[in-house]
Amino acid sequence: MKGKKKIVGLVIYFILLVIPIYWMLNMSLRSNADILASFALYPKDITFMNYMKIFTDSSWYMGYVNAMIYVVMNTLISLTVALPAAYAFSRYQFVGDKQMFFWLLTNRMAPAAVFALPFFQLYSTIGLLDTHIAVALAHCLFNVPLAVWILEGFMSGVPREIDETAFIDGYGFPRFFITIFIPLIRAGVGVTAFFCFMFSWVELLLARTLTVTEAKPISAIMTRTISATGLDYGLLAAAGILTIVPGAMVIWFVRNHMAKGFALGRV
Amino acid sequence: MKLTLAWMVWTVPTAIFCITIILTVIAMTIWQTVSPSMERRGFLPIPTTPGDRFFIGVLTSVYIFFAWIGLTQFALWILLLIVVCWIVVVMIWG
Amino acid sequence: MEKWPNNKAWLLVLPVFVIVAFSAIIPLMTVINYSVQDIFGPGQSLFVGTEWYRQMLGDYRLHEALWRQFLFSGLVLLIEMPLGILIALAMPKKGWGVPACLVTIALPLLIPWNTIGTIWIIFTRPDIGLFGAGMNNLLGIPFDHTARLLDAWITVMLMEVWHWTPLVALLAYAGLRAIPEAYYQAARIDGASAWSTFVYIQLPKMRGVLTIAFLLRFMDSFLIYAEPFVLTGGGPGNSTTFLSIYLVKIALLQFDLGPGGAFSLIYFVIVLLFSFIFYQALQRVGKGEKA
Repeated sequence: MKGKKKIVGLVIYFILLVIPIYWMLNMSLRSNADILASFALYPKDITFMNYMKIFTDSSWYMGYVNAMIYVVMNTLISLTVALPAAYAFSRYQFVGDKQMFFWLLTNRMAPAAVFALPFFQLYSTIGLLDTHIAVALAHCLFNVPLAVWILEGFMSGVPREIDETAFIDGYGFPRFFITIFIPLIRAGVGVTAFFCFMFSWVELLLARTLTVTEAKPISAIMTRTISATGLDYGLLAAAGILTIVPGAMVIWFVRNHMAKGFALGRV
Repeated sequence: MKLTLAWMVWTVPTAIFCITIILTVIAMTIWQTVSPSMERRGFLPIPTTPGDRFFIGVLTSVYIFFAWIGLTQFALWILLLIVVCWIVVVMIWG
Repeated sequence: MEKWPNNKAWLLVLPVFVIVAFSAIIPLMTVINYSVQDIFGPGQSLFVGTEWYRQMLGDYRLHEALWRQFLFSGLVLLIEMPLGILIALAMPKKGWGVPACLVTIALPLLIPWNTIGTIWIIFTRPDIGLFGAGMNNLLGIPFDHTARLLDAWITVMLMEVWHWTPLVALLAYAGLRAIPEAYYQAARIDGASAWSTFVYIQLPKMRGVLTIAFLLRFMDSFLIYAEPFVLTGGGPGNSTTFLSIYLVKIALLQFDLGPGGAFSLIYFVIVLLFSFIFYQALQRVGKGEKA
């Protein structure tokens, strides 16, 4: 009896969770004229017109390409610099380690709005405005601290005897780190990459501020469309559905490690 | 591409402020390397190292500054005096 | 186990320090510079001292945005924490349902923030949205989040709860999973009710993750920008203008560098205080786990 109540509650929650997404999917499969003309719980004449428009119009599909480029760049940069640093935090005691860790954490918490204005000036001065690397670097502000934080948790779970044995066996630090240590925390690296990907993918403000046309991500294109007159809901919904796809794919790959990542409580 | 600092629009007071903070942090790092100090309890409710106390002192000073600016019309040099005293108090007894 | 004291570890941290300092310290110093000057254009500026601070600290719209922000973050915590724990308790502990539940629950977290706003525009519009049209036509309750203050707040809260409760649920679930089965067996032998199991076993054992969930949700809701910006644009009037939205309006739309700089620093210092509290709580949780 009690178990049943739980399941019913959970099912209701899942339905509430999915309905808004379903509604957008519904809209994306109807033409704009149809949406405004009649109210329907499911699309009666399914049309892929909206999706076709996005895939054929370069001002739309380049938005996805641009976003993917800077997200991948950011994930790679974050992981590369965060791996050694996380090792240092998990293994060594050094002057200012706690202060350094706290300072990193404050950047995870800092409001992007505070940095948007000087970032704009900074990147236009060094001539990187409207490039992918500018957004990738700007997102490092919160993703690098996050990566250090998550990785440090995974690394602290590896017993230090392994390091000691390897050093006694004559491994140098770089060789030990790359061939032994990183494979040991594979899952942790995967989870970290997942979160870096996620936070860079969902961020709007910095990405919008630092791009004009060449590197404009899909999120900025969508926001511009919303404020434009003569809103095309079908098209907007289709664009929205397509922004969910990469995330849904990534989540499927890390589903088994996800619980561990959350268990550390370091999102 | 020209790398100048013009876009940061430096002024003398802000430059002095930033340099003071940076130099203090460097000095404290050197001090900590030369003679490592331990965590201890003072009048603050948490155990702190000198670095923590410096941070707490500066952060509370900024709040005092905001209160001063927002609520009163008194001159700023009085504030400066109060803030320096407060940081010293926190560093020694905090 | 003590960590190895070694100051050479700094070399490993250096790349992180450089990259984050570039993105954090240089902009922060720039904001400090802006905040004391009136900047008319390139090379033309006037030192105005603390004038902008005086203006921003006395700005009633900033006060309103700040109280609105605290109200919002408070409500978020009040709703999301209990709801998240309930969901975590209801989730299956083993079997095929576990990955299915995890993936479904995590889905909203992976949706770009502006898309979240878009979803809720489409879902709640009084003419085409299921929720909006349902309220108006089926239930006969007038509902329009673009015109009525209360409706705008309800919509923003619904969106926020929909978006972020999964995070609390996942954290709480991870905390529940970490409780050894022996505790439950002992409780069963004692004939403990579900409620007392919850109060005396599950809740204390989840304290660590719940602290983190609480603080993360507080911080992130304090910084919220994209979702309400897309959904309501801060309106109707200024009723859903939170701190970030107001700051962006001043700094990036009106391009008032001076007041924007002063506002940025005030905002940053508030966040810094909360970060410090967060870090202290984190240290305490870490020590509690080891003990």
